Amino acid sequence: MLLIPLKRSLIIMVIFAAICGVIYPLAALGLAQGTFSYQANGSISRYGSALIGQKFTGSSWFHGRPDPYNPSSTGGSNLGPNSKVLYQKTKALIAFYESRGITPTQSLVVNSGSGLDPDISVSAAYAQAASVARARQLSTSKVDQLVKSETIGRQFGFLGSPYVNVLALNVALSKIK
Amino acid sequence: MSTAWTIVVLVVALGISWRFIGSYMEAVYERRVNWLRFIERPIYRVCGIDDQVEQGWRRYATSLVVFSGVALGFTYLILRLQGHLGLNPLHQPAVTPALAFNTSVSFVTNTNWQNYSGETTMSFFSQMIALASQMFISASVGIAVAVGLVRGLKRQHSKTIGNFWVDLTRGILYILLPIAFVASIIFVAQGAVDTLSGSIFIHNPLDGFKQLILLGPVASMEAIKELGTNGGGFFNANGAHPFENPTGLTNILSIYLILLIPVGLTYTFGKMVGSIKQGLALLAAMAIFFFSFMAIGLSAEQHTTAAVAKAGITHSASGNMVGKEARFGASSSVLYNVTSTQTSTGSVNSSMDSYTPIGGLTAMGGMMLGEVTPGGVGSGLYTILLFAIVTVFVGGLMVGRTPEYLGKKIQAREVKLAAIGVLIMPITVLVASGIAVSISQGRVGVLNPGPHGFSEILYAFTSQGNNNGSAFAGLSSNTAFYNISGAIVMLIGRFGVILPALALGGALAEKGVVAPSLGTFRTDTILFCGLLVGVILIIGGLTFFPALSLGPLAEQLSHGRLF
Repeated sequence: MLLIPLKRSLIIMVIFAAICGVIYPLAALGLAQGTFSYQANGSISRYGSALIGQKFTGSSWFHGRPDPYNPSSTGGSNLGPNSKVLYQKTKALIAFYESRGITPTQSLVVNSGSGLDPDISVSAAYAQAASVARARQLSTSKVDQLVKSETIGRQFGFLGSPYVNVLALNVALSKIK
Repeated sequence: MSTAWTIVVLVVALGISWRFIGSYMEAVYERRVNWLRFIERPIYRVCGIDDQVEQGWRRYATSLVVFSGVALGFTYLILRLQGHLGLNPLHQPAVTPALAFNTSVSFVTNTNWQNYSGETTMSFFSQMIALASQMFISASVGIAVAVGLVRGLKRQHSKTIGNFWVDLTRGILYILLPIAFVASIIFVAQGAVDTLSGSIFIHNPLDGFKQLILLGPVASMEAIKELGTNGGGFFNANGAHPFENPTGLTNILSIYLILLIPVGLTYTFGKMVGSIKQGLALLAAMAIFFFSFMAIGLSAEQHTTAAVAKAGITHSASGNMVGKEARFGASSSVLYNVTSTQTSTGSVNSSMDSYTPIGGLTAMGGMMLGEVTPGGVGSGLYTILLFAIVTVFVGGLMVGRTPEYLGKKIQAREVKLAAIGVLIMPITVLVASGIAVSISQGRVGVLNPGPHGFSEILYAFTSQGNNNGSAFAGLSSNTAFYNISGAIVMLIGRFGVILPALALGGALAEKGVVAPSLGTFRTDTILFCGLLVGVILIIGGLTFFPALSLGPLAEQLSHGRLF
């Protein structure tokens, strides 16, 4: 009684593994490579990937989230809402930014969900503008202007949250003479 | 304001597709749609399936269980042998036996609980052929069970409820594959990667920063991950990873894909039983819960957490941003995570563990109600139909009359089957959580001490018992104890509901329809919908309230005390 379904199961499993596990992903991949090869290969430029955040240090660059930025180990800190460790880490980061004359907003001092967040909130970018301008001997208004031009609004005006891509902002910053 | 627009757009899009996908699915399972017959026919021929012959519920269930066993073995073998199978650019070694067992159970039961990080554990061969193909298969199995049960409600004096092999095949070919294919291209266009090369090394000339960026065949998996309410991410970060969910558009597309089939199946149900209003009554009950949880979650996450507030950020316009991506912000994160936990999907675009206590509670709450709000593909419908049977029974008790559902007399056997299907999940979850907190192997994996640690364990078993798969990911659950116990809970949570649901379908199919009389309790009314909501709330809510008060409620009421 079980022999017939067993035999059918084995054959149909192999068929669906071939259809859903080989033909479907390869067809999608082929079309993706043919139509959107820049995106399909990771949105890579000579500076890195537009979508994967990098760790910028030093006062002459805009900083991103306090993430590890290690693509081989992704995910958030998983610290709970009432976690002492989260309190201590956040407090230390606030103190670090304040020592540089920056009043940080939340996205600068708490981890993201991916550990690779390429973006910060718009207010987190403005918060750093004066400090970056000082380090590069630029006028604050010029750097503010740069943040404004690099701000990405909500998609179609309502999706997600406005943000600034830190890599794009720093690339633009490096081009100011 | 933008959140309101997002919800409006979602509701309108789902409202439009509800009818179309719903009637399309009805036509697929009633075999009036045949445009892929040229692929379908050879499959039946090779497998020796006579697609004109139907099965009684026992043979239907036997086929399903045997097939799931084979699928489990197939997945397990690939994970164990992945070192020798190729498509392994990062040279991942074989998955350990306990983890391979947990993972194969997890994908075969449509749970997608992940005790591993995809990027450092799985070869591309495993991701595509073992895991992504199970995303199609387990989703189609779920819909098949729902359709089998609905056929039982619809048919009279029938010994059969359909043919499992035909339902399985048609679900994959006609519904899941075409939609997933189109969606995968949208994901790629927005930035999701799709390639067979394993990684790319970058060296930023600006500051000398070096990074090894991992790639893979992500977009195709992403599409079915959402559409099949599976939720297993290619990367550990899941929907938070910019290569899985790069933009606000992919975020709302993910939410839409997750809800598309579970919501549409209520129309399919209505059409099959000859009254759309019957489906609408179920959908209304689902929607009441869905939007209540969504509203609570959205408002909870508008505040920073106790720990961050104490550190100095007491007020933030952006809400709780711990574990959330800047491109989504708090609201779009909640929309995604709440949708995913109300549907047995379990993918997340933000860290569930770092939500406010009440935000985390909304995710857990949706699961604790049995994943019917609207639940996973197929599983949401068959589970809420079990609740509907319990509801008419309760209604019948109130007026002292034999209950009926859609003209079928609900007698002792049907009520027993529905009760088993409804109660098996809470019993399993509570017993397993109780064992885990009582023994050191269970407590050792906890990341956050205090009530939050209890929540991590409770969440783990609630998620697996409901085949959801999301996690309070601080729990280190890749241990022998959690791998094995989790696998058992997932199997009971899946087949402990599927078997009673199919048996119920078989029992109902044999019955004739009695003509409605003046005393019949109508099941397409607001009154029924309200009673159904009450039954779901009382069964799920009262069962889990004591456990919840030890976890998220204790944490919320601790007045900012840190642990």
